[in-house]
Amino acid sequence: MITKEDVEHIGWLARIEISEQETVEYMEKLNSVLGYFGQLDELPTKDVTPTYHVAEIYNVFRDDVVEECLPQEVVLANTEHKQDGAFRVPKIG
Amino acid sequence: MVYENPDGVRIGLEIHIQLNKLKTKMFCGCSTDYHNAAPNTHTCPVCLGLPGALPVLNKKVVEAAIKVGLALEGEIAEETQFHRKNYFYPDLPKGYQITQYDFPIVSNGKIVIEGEDGEHTVGITRAHMEEDPGKLVHIGSIEKSKGVLIDYNRSGVSLIETVTEPDMRSPKEARRFLDKFRNILEYLDVFDGNLEGAMRVDANVSVHWGTRVEVKNISSHKGVERALLYEIMRQKNVIRRGGKVSQETRHFDEGRGVTLSMRTKEEAEDYRYFREPDLMPMRITDWIPAVKETLPELPDAKRTRFIEQYGITDMHAKSLTSKIMLADFYEGVCAKGVDPKIAATWTADVFLGELNYRDLAISSYDGEKIGFIHAKDPRIKNSIKVSDMVELVNLFAEGKISDRAAVEVIRTMLDTAEEKTPSQIIEEKGLFKAEDDLVTKAVAETIAENEAAVQDYLGGTEKSLNFLVGQVMKKTKGTADAKTARDLIIKELKG
Amino acid sequence: MAKWMSVAQVKEKIEENSAEEVTAQYLEAIGKSKINGYITVSEKALEQAKKIDAEGHNGPLAGIPIAIKDNISVVGLPNSCGSKILEGYIPPFNAHVIEKLLAAGAVILGKTNMDEFAMGSSTETSYFGPTANPWDLERVPGGSSGGSAAVVAAGEAPFALGSDTGGSVRCPAAFCGVVGLKPTYGSVSRYGVVAYANSLEQVGPLANNVTDIAVLMDVIAGYDRKDSTSIDSKIEYQKALVEDVKGLKIGVPKEFFGEGIHPDVEKAVWNAIHKCEDLGASWEEVSMPHIKYALASYYIIAMSEASSNLARFDGTRYGYRANGENWHAMVSKTRADGFGTEVKRRILLGTYALSAGYHDKYYLKALKVRTLVKQDFDRALSKVDVLMAPTMPNPAFKIGEKIEDPLTLYLSDVNTCPINLAGVPSLSVPCGFTDGLPIGLQIMGKPFDEPAVLRAAYTFEQNTDYHTKRPSEVA
Repeated sequence: MITKEDVEHIGWLARIEISEQETVEYMEKLNSVLGYFGQLDELPTKDVTPTYHVAEIYNVFRDDVVEECLPQEVVLANTEHKQDGAFRVPKIG
Repeated sequence: MVYENPDGVRIGLEIHIQLNKLKTKMFCGCSTDYHNAAPNTHTCPVCLGLPGALPVLNKKVVEAAIKVGLALEGEIAEETQFHRKNYFYPDLPKGYQITQYDFPIVSNGKIVIEGEDGEHTVGITRAHMEEDPGKLVHIGSIEKSKGVLIDYNRSGVSLIETVTEPDMRSPKEARRFLDKFRNILEYLDVFDGNLEGAMRVDANVSVHWGTRVEVKNISSHKGVERALLYEIMRQKNVIRRGGKVSQETRHFDEGRGVTLSMRTKEEAEDYRYFREPDLMPMRITDWIPAVKETLPELPDAKRTRFIEQYGITDMHAKSLTSKIMLADFYEGVCAKGVDPKIAATWTADVFLGELNYRDLAISSYDGEKIGFIHAKDPRIKNSIKVSDMVELVNLFAEGKISDRAAVEVIRTMLDTAEEKTPSQIIEEKGLFKAEDDLVTKAVAETIAENEAAVQDYLGGTEKSLNFLVGQVMKKTKGTADAKTARDLIIKELKG
Repeated sequence: MAKWMSVAQVKEKIEENSAEEVTAQYLEAIGKSKINGYITVSEKALEQAKKIDAEGHNGPLAGIPIAIKDNISVVGLPNSCGSKILEGYIPPFNAHVIEKLLAAGAVILGKTNMDEFAMGSSTETSYFGPTANPWDLERVPGGSSGGSAAVVAAGEAPFALGSDTGGSVRCPAAFCGVVGLKPTYGSVSRYGVVAYANSLEQVGPLANNVTDIAVLMDVIAGYDRKDSTSIDSKIEYQKALVEDVKGLKIGVPKEFFGEGIHPDVEKAVWNAIHKCEDLGASWEEVSMPHIKYALASYYIIAMSEASSNLARFDGTRYGYRANGENWHAMVSKTRADGFGTEVKRRILLGTYALSAGYHDKYYLKALKVRTLVKQDFDRALSKVDVLMAPTMPNPAFKIGEKIEDPLTLYLSDVNTCPINLAGVPSLSVPCGFTDGLPIGLQIMGKPFDEPAVLRAAYTFEQNTDYHTKRPSEVA
């Protein structure tokens, strides 16, 4: 069971601000889903190898060949928060 | 002699090196040649993390990692893969870093360094591939920042992170390890240590076999020794005062030369590693023999060969092989038929010494000339031709110039950008060794003009001889060989 | 002009009149739309059509209009993914599939509505409001590619592209009475498609008939060097359109007919299987014992991958940005305001499933169950050529009916998501109606055996008339 503290912790990890009231709502909904996920516990999987990907491909590489970059104005076109060719954000901590 | 390690110092390093010799970034075709470029001009949807963009791995990154692994005598993983390290930071455009986790490409390597008590082996725990984040510039200082500017030109540049065992017992050993490591990487031609931010080091250090403290963000090579010396002193003093060293991460303030405790985050990070689903795993065993064939002669092997082939001292061989470009330059000079021992003295002792004195670092060698650049100001750079060094060594070997004059020639070549041969410099500065009759004449004049000094010398005051030699040198404008002048004076006065 | 046309008919119209006129007619239909299927209508569509007219209709799709799901990047058109957080974001690059479409001469009509970041089965979680089902405007079109399916069903585009992570092409295809294909994993490039769950999803076509699906696949499928998971299957899709199922072996996995299935859906699907039998195919029941665990496995994997994929939406470089005293606070607020409730739930669950102490219990466990599900498919498909089952256990539900309870909504993916775990191809084709609402037959095949799937679907379609039925609500 997921607790209020768990919700707060994963909210921090996921950088999603969660209000006091939302914490309780999330806790309920998340627990109902996690309860459903819990049905997997009944399935023994000790010797089963996990499947990360169905495609069994190995060694996909590209050559070290320079391609064109985006112009600076295009890079910055999707934000108004910019200065001297850089993205501008508030101080970090 | 066995080093007793009186303070029980243990140092381990985590070293990030940029594979800046590659033309493109790790997962996209953006050029890595961004050092003098305007911000955000070397980016594309992939390294900006735009929605929908996908990474494709640069083959040369894997090849470089295998080379490093082989050079460190490590094990190369049969199958290896990438993971995502999830955390939020403005320099990380995807909200995760593509890195390696439980299957690093290299493990269990080693580097043998010259330790406190002779040869000392430092274990390499692992080396793995990962991408570099972008670069942040704080408006104002970090503490009183008004905002942050982000440049993603560096984002996605290939890194190899190497983690050592805590096998180093002093800051000096740590620096020697880094020198050797950097040298190996340059031999492998995957790394240019002169570029800004090319090597970044985190160190963990403990004293009296105690609690480990992480020191982060040591950007300069020399900073490592300073940071560690300070941190060891700090820890010893904490213990001396009866305190306990706490396990923490500290930040090295390069300007002040001190380590500072980093504010602890409100909550511990949890990187939630999982396999990067946009990249496929690698099976590289079959590839290793081919890479092995391309491995160059490594520093230790070259050092041994230099001693055998050129008959030079181990000191010279070590010094000459401490940088691949210097070693190649030396061999270029030797190939022109000069005396390799004399060439070694003038290359390893004088040339290298004068470079270090000027804070110049060797930055290139193209078979014809060796280039060097100022460690702090990249605008200051120069080069010396193989042919110039050959000419200089030959002039000296033939006795045409004095050692003082030869040093003067090297200094002139380092300090002026004009392309002049040693002969031209010698000519212009009048550095040719004086003709013997000129010296004889100067000696005669000196004896005649300095009655008192002559009497003093004959009366047993040895110092006076030095004065007389100095007078001869003055008269010959330094072109006389000091020893010749001295012998002549003694011969004149004492028969 | 007839409102619903096959690609071949559109082609004729273009030759008779012009690409410009055909595009104008679709734009007119979109202008009168009652379904809210498009988030953005392209201002450049007519211009593009004119240019194609001027150049003389080169390329397999010359002048043919198409609708694109709003998570597939098109230069110059907003790419919202149905989310507030991408407010104002215009991609500076085309998705690989868009490059292919443009090279083939297609005209992009606009970007279609979807569940926010493709997380949903009803298109109700879109920031731009729900899309209505053309067969009943009070009902959902399915999702997450609900806009793409609905505009095709409503005659607002001859065909469309969607994306399918756990059923997002097939579910709306079934609910809207159109054909939709989830190709084998790796056959269509994901480059430029905003990721929800990378190891599960594929771009897929939606169309009025099986032929047009093949036409579109021949254009969009193929190797892309920019997608490391891309595979060159060299399939010629239109060649697979053979009206003959003699000797075809059909497997019927009983686990797909579980409790809660609508009786009319069950009946319609069995009728379809028997129809195929009449046409010369044979069928047998097959067992896939791990299917009942597929849903949980699917959601854990999808949410885990999503929690990481969606981390880039931090207000720093593009899209919506909230105010915050420092960067971390700004990001937390941006994501709190910018994401909808369901997206936040899935990010939180995915974060939890990957976090220290729970990684093995949830994420690793799900990956192991995925192996078992995949083995079920391998086993079943070793005996038969295709599998047939209902796409959705029920017809389209009412808007608002399931939105409050996430689990109920997740359960509607029970028959579609196992396919994504296994990476096999699967197609939904109309096979009947219940109370005026369409029912979809799901046909699944071996990896890269789209030809068998298309052959079965095409033969069934040519011998039935479900695909010719049109919704009266939007006529």
